[in-house]
Amino acid sequence: MAEELKLFRTWSSPFALRIVHALKIKGLEYETIFEDLSNKSDSLLQYNPIHKKVPVLVHNGKPICESLVILEYVDETWKQCPLLPRDPYEKAKARFWAKFGDDKLFSSIWNVFTTQGKEQEEPIAAAVQNLKPIEELLKEKKFFGGETIGYLDIAFGWTANIISILEEIMNLNLVDEEKFPLLSAWMQNFSNDPVIKECWPPRDKMIVKFQVMREKYLKAVVSQ
Amino acid sequence: MSEVKLLGTQSSFPCARIIWALKLKEVEYEFIEEDLFNKSPLLLKMNPVYKKVPVLIHIDKPVVESLVILEYIDETWKHNPLLPEDPYERATARFWAKFVDEKCVLSAWEAVKSEGENKKKAIETAQEMFEHLEKQIAGKKYFGGEKIGYLDLVIGWTSLWLNAMEEVGGMKLLVPEKFPSLSEWTQNFIRVPAIQDSLPPLENVVNYFQVGLNYLRSLSANKS
Repeated sequence: MAEELKLFRTWSSPFALRIVHALKIKGLEYETIFEDLSNKSDSLLQYNPIHKKVPVLVHNGKPICESLVILEYVDETWKQCPLLPRDPYEKAKARFWAKFGDDKLFSSIWNVFTTQGKEQEEPIAAAVQNLKPIEELLKEKKFFGGETIGYLDIAFGWTANIISILEEIMNLNLVDEEKFPLLSAWMQNFSNDPVIKECWPPRDKMIVKFQVMREKYLKAVVSQ
Repeated sequence: MSEVKLLGTQSSFPCARIIWALKLKEVEYEFIEEDLFNKSPLLLKMNPVYKKVPVLIHIDKPVVESLVILEYIDETWKHNPLLPEDPYERATARFWAKFVDEKCVLSAWEAVKSEGENKKKAIETAQEMFEHLEKQIAGKKYFGGEKIGYLDLVIGWTSLWLNAMEEVGGMKLLVPEKFPSLSEWTQNFIRVPAIQDSLPPLENVVNYFQVGLNYLRSLSANKS
């Protein structure tokens, strides 16, 4: 039976981008379904009734949801170009840091993005604090995965994708090249990698999208 | 000196997950009880990011976050597998584990903390989450099938710990009439010898949650 692979995503979702990168690295053919999250398709709601979010990977009619779960599924189903390390301890570390990225780092960056002025001071300090261990992880390594892009690079991809955009909008330097030389270099190396570059959402479109979002958040705070 | 150490507390259910996994794998370990109001230098050294339990220390290397630890244990000691072999079933188990920790646990705790009209709403929300688990277990003896597995260990807190939460919160969440399959599963679960032998006394867990709740309430009282 021919493999049927579909990916439900949006043009900008950094979490969906993880799956795009993984499928590309594995050399897999698939159909893309772009979703409008303000008007979700029946298919999306059928495949992800719990969270109603992207990404959803559908493999031979069976849906897999939650991007980090999908990454592991892709890695376990197609064994070429492994994404996760083989050693259980290295795997555990990769999973831990991917979760840290999603749970702590992402929300701390978001807190900076949705505040301004005096209220932004604490969030900035917290975000910088959360970036420090990531910098440490890159000691003596080009990528989190070593010589080549792996699971953790893909999991942290959102930082390379979004942070510089948010920095430009806010006129703020979070990932300071002097304070975070390794992370800065990694962001360059990651986003310039041919596999990654090919699927990068257009920067100007991203700037507009996030600019609008920031204005909405700041307006909402003011009206409170 | 033990090759495997577990830093934890007797009443914490994330710690219980690890104890159960080690017991099912027949792995000898040394349990080190932590006082969470007076954390040991070892805990702070082994889990500097979150400073929480459980921490598994295997030949001096720490593994942190209960779901990450469960997978580490399963990959390091390969007999009596906890996760299914099939990648799709693994993805399904991981999806539900994430759902349990992000939605079920938090909504149950919200129902414990809330008062008045908010409490009623919180109970409804928590029960909506449990409905999904009810659907998953319907027609099965365990979430893992014929034998308990990863997902049973993850959901195991809905036995004794949920009872304790209900007592502290003065409410009933896991109503047998509403959740017949899940209720039956909790009874089957605690009868598994490896589980039965390691359940802490209910009054200790009630006390543990009561102390936690008082602490949270004192924090918000100090803020306002």
